[in-house]
Amino acid sequence: MANKESNSYIFMYSTILVVVAAAVLAVAAVGLKPFQKKNQEIEKMQQLLTSAGIENDVKNAEELYKNCFVKELAVNKKGEVVSVYENGQQTEGEVRPFNIELSKELAKGEQAQFPIFVCKQEGKTIYVVPVHGKGLYDAIWGNIAIEEDLNTVAGALFDHKGETPGLGAEITNPNFPAQFKGKQIFENDEVKLAVVKGKKTAENFQVDAVTGATNTSNGVSNMLKDCLSNYVEYFKTLKTE
Amino acid sequence: MANMLKLIKNPLSKENPIAVQVLGICSALAVTTQLKPAVVMSLSVMVVVALSNVIVSLLRNTIPSRIRIIVQLVIVSMMVILVDQFLKAFVYDVSKQLSVFVGLIITNCIVMGRLEAFALSHKPLPSFFDGIGNGLGYAVILIILGFVRELFGQGSLWGYKIMPESFFDAGYVNNGLMTMPAMALILVGVIIWIHRSRNEDLCEK
Repeated sequence: MANKESNSYIFMYSTILVVVAAAVLAVAAVGLKPFQKKNQEIEKMQQLLTSAGIENDVKNAEELYKNCFVKELAVNKKGEVVSVYENGQQTEGEVRPFNIELSKELAKGEQAQFPIFVCKQEGKTIYVVPVHGKGLYDAIWGNIAIEEDLNTVAGALFDHKGETPGLGAEITNPNFPAQFKGKQIFENDEVKLAVVKGKKTAENFQVDAVTGATNTSNGVSNMLKDCLSNYVEYFKTLKTE
Repeated sequence: MANMLKLIKNPLSKENPIAVQVLGICSALAVTTQLKPAVVMSLSVMVVVALSNVIVSLLRNTIPSRIRIIVQLVIVSMMVILVDQFLKAFVYDVSKQLSVFVGLIITNCIVMGRLEAFALSHKPLPSFFDGIGNGLGYAVILIILGFVRELFGQGSLWGYKIMPESFFDAGYVNNGLMTMPAMALILVGVIIWIHRSRNEDLCEK
C-alpha cells in the first residue's frame, strides 16, 4: 500500500470517500422522496382543514379533505380564474391549485396565480386562501379561512420556519390565530386586517401582536396585506355574480 | 462476550455520556419536553453512533491520521442525513418536532468522542457495541427527562393524558417551568447529584 501520509494518498482517499458518501445520499434521497412528498401533502391538507375549523388527524386528513374541499381554484391579479380542480379532476388550466407554491408565485408579478380552496361543510361555503411572507429570520406562512360574505375571517393558521421559540414561534400557538376569528379583512377594497401592538384603533380589523416579537408580528401584517390584496378583484366578481 | 456486555453496561452508569462525561447536553435539554421526541432522538443518536463507529472502525487502518477528523465528520454527516431522511419519510410529525436537532447530531460530542476514543483503535464488533452502549446511556437520561418533563409539565405521557381530571379539579396545575429548557438543566443536575451520591468513586476530591 502506498504511504498513508503522502499527499497523493490523502487526495485519493478523500475523493473516493466523498464520492461514495454522495452516491449513498443521492440514492436515499431519490428512494425516499415519494414518502416525504406524501407526508408534506397530508400536512398541507391538515393545515387547510384546521384553518377551516375542521378537526382532523394524520390518518383521516386525506379523506376529510376530499369530502370538504370540493373545489380548488387559481386566480390571477385581474380576478380571472386560470385553473380549476373539481371532484378529483382538473377541469381548467394545467397546474392543480393544490400544488401551486405560493412563495414562487409571489415573485412572478403579473403572471402569478393565487390558489383558493373552497370548502363546503354543513351547507356553508368557506374560502381558504394561503398566505406567505417573511418573519424575522425566515419564511412564515399560513391559511386564512373566509366566510361566505368574503370579508369575515372564519379561521386562521400560521406556521414558520425559523422564528424564535417562545417569541416569534408563538404565532403557531392556537391562541394567536384564534384572535382572527370574526375579524373583517377588507375596507374599500384594501386589506385592513392587521396585527397591532398596544391599543387597537379599529377593533374590527385588528388583533393583538405577539409579546416580544415585534418583527414577526409586523411580518404577519405585511404577509396578510401582500397576499390577501391579490384576491380583491376575484372576490368582486364573486359578489356580483 | 463478557467484554461486549461490559461495553454496553458501562456507559449506562459509570461512564454515562451525559451524567459523567457531560457530553451532548444541548440536545438533551432541547428535545425532552415530551417523551416521544426524546425516544426518537435517542434512537437516532444510537443508530448514528453505532453505525459510524462500525464504519470508522472498518476504515481505521486506511484513514490518514492528518485528515482523520474530516473523514469522521463526512461519515457522521452521511449517517445523520440518512437518519433525517428516514424520519422525514416515516415519522414526519416527530421529525418536525426534532427539527434542527437531528441535523445537530453531527456536532453531538458523544459521536465524535466515541469515534476518536474507541472506534479508531478497536475492531468493528466491539465498536458497534460501544456505540450501542453509549447510545443507550444517552437514551436513559433523555427518557428520564422526557418522562418527568411531560408528566409534570403537560400532565401526559407519549401524548396521552395521564393526570386524572379530579387532580385538576382539586387545584393541581401543570408546572409550566417543566416545559422550559432551564428546568431540564436543573433535572440533569439532580440526576448527576443522585448518581454521584450513589457512586462515591465518581466524586472529585
